[in-house]
Amino acid sequence: MDLRRTMLFMPGNNPGMLQNGGVLGADSVILDLEDAVSPQEKDAARFLVSQALRFVDYRGSERVVRINSLDTFAAQDIEAIVPCQPDALMVPKVQCAEEIHEVEQLIAKTEFPGQRPVKIIALIETPRGIAECYPIARASKRLVALAFGAEDYTATLGAERTKEGLEIVTARSLLVNAAAAAAIQSIDTPFTDVNDFEGLARDTAFAKQIGFKGKLTINPRQIDVIHERFNPRQDEIVWAQQVIAAIEQAKIQGSGVIALNGKMIDAPIVSRAERTIQLARRVGLLTEGREQ
Amino acid sequence: MKNLLGREIPEFADGYGKITPFNGAFSHQPSITRQSTRLKTIKPRQSKLLTNIEAVFDKVPIQDGMTLSFHHHLRNGDGLVNQVLAIAEKRGMKGLKIALSSIFPVHAPIVDYIKQGIVTSLDTNYISGPVAEAVSCGILDTPVILRTHGGRARAIEYGQLKIDVAFIAAPAADDYGNMNGIMGPAACGSLGYAFPDAEYADNVVAVTDYLVDYPLSPVSIPQTRVDYVVKVASVGDPTGIVSGTTRITKDPVGLKIAATAAKVIEAVGMIKEGFSFQTGAGGASLATAHFVRQMMEKAGVTGSFALGGITGYMVEMLEQGLFKKILDVQGFDLDAIHSIATNPNHLEISAGFYASPFNNGCAVNKLDCVVLGATEIDTSFNVNVVTGSDGMIMGGSGGHSDAAAGANLTIIVANLLRGRLSTIVDRVTTAATPGETIDVLVTERGIAVNPRRQELKACLIKAGLPIREINELKEVAEKISGTPKPIKTGDKIVALVEYRDGTMIDVVHQIRH
Repeated sequence: MDLRRTMLFMPGNNPGMLQNGGVLGADSVILDLEDAVSPQEKDAARFLVSQALRFVDYRGSERVVRINSLDTFAAQDIEAIVPCQPDALMVPKVQCAEEIHEVEQLIAKTEFPGQRPVKIIALIETPRGIAECYPIARASKRLVALAFGAEDYTATLGAERTKEGLEIVTARSLLVNAAAAAAIQSIDTPFTDVNDFEGLARDTAFAKQIGFKGKLTINPRQIDVIHERFNPRQDEIVWAQQVIAAIEQAKIQGSGVIALNGKMIDAPIVSRAERTIQLARRVGLLTEGREQ
Repeated sequence: MKNLLGREIPEFADGYGKITPFNGAFSHQPSITRQSTRLKTIKPRQSKLLTNIEAVFDKVPIQDGMTLSFHHHLRNGDGLVNQVLAIAEKRGMKGLKIALSSIFPVHAPIVDYIKQGIVTSLDTNYISGPVAEAVSCGILDTPVILRTHGGRARAIEYGQLKIDVAFIAAPAADDYGNMNGIMGPAACGSLGYAFPDAEYADNVVAVTDYLVDYPLSPVSIPQTRVDYVVKVASVGDPTGIVSGTTRITKDPVGLKIAATAAKVIEAVGMIKEGFSFQTGAGGASLATAHFVRQMMEKAGVTGSFALGGITGYMVEMLEQGLFKKILDVQGFDLDAIHSIATNPNHLEISAGFYASPFNNGCAVNKLDCVVLGATEIDTSFNVNVVTGSDGMIMGGSGGHSDAAAGANLTIIVANLLRGRLSTIVDRVTTAATPGETIDVLVTERGIAVNPRRQELKACLIKAGLPIREINELKEVAEKISGTPKPIKTGDKIVALVEYRDGTMIDVVHQIRH
């Protein structure tokens, strides 16, 4: 299970931040060559990011590079970045499956033999992208997640962007559904008020509720709040343990019908319980000792 | 000779005398008495009020070779030291010793007075700016004596630092010499560092720009210790008084360090009823207070007291009921000044009460936890807060060594890399606070626990905190920054770094250009 509760953006033209990106505790760091970097600094940032990928220890954080869009500098970015072995490329403003195919071909051309395949994360930021979510999600084996960018989306839509986010509920749901249907992850849009931690907690809880597996993160101070919301709650862990125990018990008894507290346990419930246990272990909420 | 930390120190220094080597934080117990001051009388209707500072020079009279003391509550806004020394220059005086509790960039004219031979000796706790640079380059014939805040009070109490005339910049005073720091245009809050000077100097002069009708109320420093009162146009610039920042750092790495430091405090079980705490202004220290505050709120505990240099942040915690008292030796901002003037639970304390090691118990002894910074820390946990990596003096202990010695838990918060250099070194450029008084080092890339505190280490490991050996952290830093070459200094000793108990912990050598 790839953990992407938080995917933290950091500007690709800031050496200090690139150097310290690994100490902030995000599951993924996104070294940004796109919005954070002005056109005249693209070259310098590309060089800095490539050096950071070679020499900086990101201490377990997944290393993602947000490249520029295909109609601008994507080809140059891919050529420079892929040989530095990033874990993934985030492709912005993806609107159709063909764009993923194109990126896939550019990556394949640049990857050296034996290199661990570079993954793709598609950033969906337009109404057309939302409409095409499912074909995009299925476009490539390299594609591991769809991420949602609400600012550009609502701007194109002509909708007012609010903290409550009613205007993006449909888009969020469509994206989550498409990702789930393609068996890849869905990553929610950033919460842009970096001083409103209660708002961030509410927004993240909602994202988790509707099925997102993580959230784009624009400030390191948001990391703990987001992790806390995406981590399984204690009651969820206990429930999952009970489900697993009930299955074990049923196996011992040779019983075909499994129930917990009078409710039938079927395959999706087992699968959810297993995911909860797996996540709890990954984030240190469940250790062998504590499980006993 | 070498002291316990292996630092080479002389047996004798000009302008200082015989040197006692540092031999452990609590090993030195001198059998001596406090100094006493000469009895004085003031007759009824006799005025203490003088028309200007120059009149003080005639009245005392101030002579060549005397020691004049000042306090640093007005910080980089201080206007008094330069006024007094300008008169010394005008009168052609020579060989003065200036005992100013901290020296800031505003005191740059001292460099010129040293060149003219007017000032020949400095005794201070902290020194930055042009004076520090000139001292580092060897401008003085005799070394500067660098003390701690508690050590200065101690040195004054038992006569090691004998003050002929204490000039006390008083934000408010009456004509009989009662003073406080909470009124007037240069209000600075606590006058704690001036208390020992007032108590033990041969002559005490209150200098104010805000003369009020007798009797001034409340009184910080009483008339009974004051010889003369002078009204001047200004004792200082209030904008230079505010120090550090009252805002939490936004630097993500600083915040990460601060959050980790707070987790350390929580993991050792200190977030509990009666918790006492000291932290500095600005940077990661204040951010640690922020995270500690959240933990205290969550746990619903009330601390006993907050100590040290006080910021608005600590005042908020007092007002919120998270601490019962603030013990304030120095205010860092306007909120602290307002609070000490209005809140009866915000107490003004002297430097001796704060941190003197030889006075039947100082406040730092009652501290549960202190969070401090460091310029360098070595693999034996000795801390440098005196010199930069180039050997230039850029600070001093202030209350660093005092609080570290007193607190149950002393945490150093520091970025593992300072600019392009590792903060952890094999041997600090200058030892100021001994490693035996440091418990935990928190960096952005892990936590190191002093091997003396194995029980702490076990607690922190149990809490799942990222514990590493200090040598490992040093290697991590050097992987990024490389290993710096040791700096080469000259032979001349430009500063003696005294530990709080009066023993010599290290010396600073002249920098080599």
